[in-house]
Amino acid sequence: MCLAIPAKIIKIKGEIAEVDIGGIRKETSIALVKDVKEGDYVLIHTGYAIAKINEEEAKELIELWKMMSY
Amino acid sequence: MENDELLIQFRNREIIGKIIRKIREESKNLGRIKIMHVCGTHEWTITHFGIRSLLPENIEVIAGPGCPVCVTPASEIDALAELSLRNNVIITTFGDIFRVPGVKTSLIEAKSMGGDIRIVYSMLESIEIAKKENKKIVHFSIGFETTAPTTAIEILKGPPKNFSVFVTHKLIPPAMEFLLKTGPRIDGFICPGHVSTIIGVRPYRKIAEKYKKPMCIAGFEPLDVIIGILNIIEQIKEGTYYVYNEYSRAVKEEGNIIALDTLDKVFDIKDSWWRGIGLIENSGLKLKKEYEEYDAIKIFDINIKPIDHMPEGCRCGDVLKGIISPNECPLFGKICNPNHPIGPCMVSFEGSCSIAYKYGKNIT
Repeated sequence: MCLAIPAKIIKIKGEIAEVDIGGIRKETSIALVKDVKEGDYVLIHTGYAIAKINEEEAKELIELWKMMSY
Repeated sequence: MENDELLIQFRNREIIGKIIRKIREESKNLGRIKIMHVCGTHEWTITHFGIRSLLPENIEVIAGPGCPVCVTPASEIDALAELSLRNNVIITTFGDIFRVPGVKTSLIEAKSMGGDIRIVYSMLESIEIAKKENKKIVHFSIGFETTAPTTAIEILKGPPKNFSVFVTHKLIPPAMEFLLKTGPRIDGFICPGHVSTIIGVRPYRKIAEKYKKPMCIAGFEPLDVIIGILNIIEQIKEGTYYVYNEYSRAVKEEGNIIALDTLDKVFDIKDSWWRGIGLIENSGLKLKKEYEEYDAIKIFDINIKPIDHMPEGCRCGDVLKGIISPNECPLFGKICNPNHPIGPCMVSFEGSCSIAYKYGKNIT
């Protein structure tokens, strides 16, 4: 139920955005997120974007763990 | 995942191997540690990628009540099934709950008896149906904090007059607190990533401090979950109990402010029944009085008896509380399987029993 799928925003038309989910184009509501623009990645849950994904944070996490040596 | 290159990194064997070695080292001499997660998607990641098999023997990761479909009371399913048999009503619902048995019947059985029940992917589809049909549309609004804002925002917008919602949304932090008070010993929590995108970090912090339990908000790739497990083990070793936000790429400290504001405007908090667990204080949502015109429970004068019901022999309640693993239930893999589910945890694809059956070991 709480499954959310990452998607890339392709085009914004008001509260609805066309998103790319792994090659599939779908319309989704962006009424629950602010400051999203075309090219951003968002998490989609039951037809609504619920969070913007910050790619920089993801890259930093990976870099951090790559550097650690155990 | 955000893009393919990053996805590969979050499943990187070398990095994961490194962290597993660290987990083994850190957990030596800690005794038995029980870490609970409360999200069906975490259970999927853990079982699908065989994460339990990589952990030392003294580290146990157990699934809690992370599947909203599994904890929806059987009496509510019966009420919806009965409602669907009225002439002028169409029920819209997410597919997960379609086959879950109530006390008397499931929604799929009600459909076979002539009930007009339609599976939708989104509230938006239910509203489109309402615009096209003359009948009364009742949407079964289930789900945790992740889903509740989608109900709330459509109610705020003012859906068609023939549209209403049967709200059974539930809140995760009160359930975590309930289990800490009443359930088996839990040494730390992996907090649900997508619920956390909405509620942020703060609600967990209060519980972590009150019960002195380490917590980690984790994403859904194998690396995310393994980092979460390591963090909790390190906290236990150091005697700390803070909330580490591993999933910072999607979860902000304050959560999703638009979604939280929308929830506040539309819902009041109420005590709520969790199937197999019982009544949990302040763990459910109901529509505020000013939105009663969209409240199916009021419109159709539905009286739901607060009873807890599981099919005979089914131990989903103990699975949901983390007392037993799915394969410890006498029905698991025998008469209860995904093709013939007896209990709710075998029906939903996010249910622990269904996941254990599909990807786990020890199927008899």
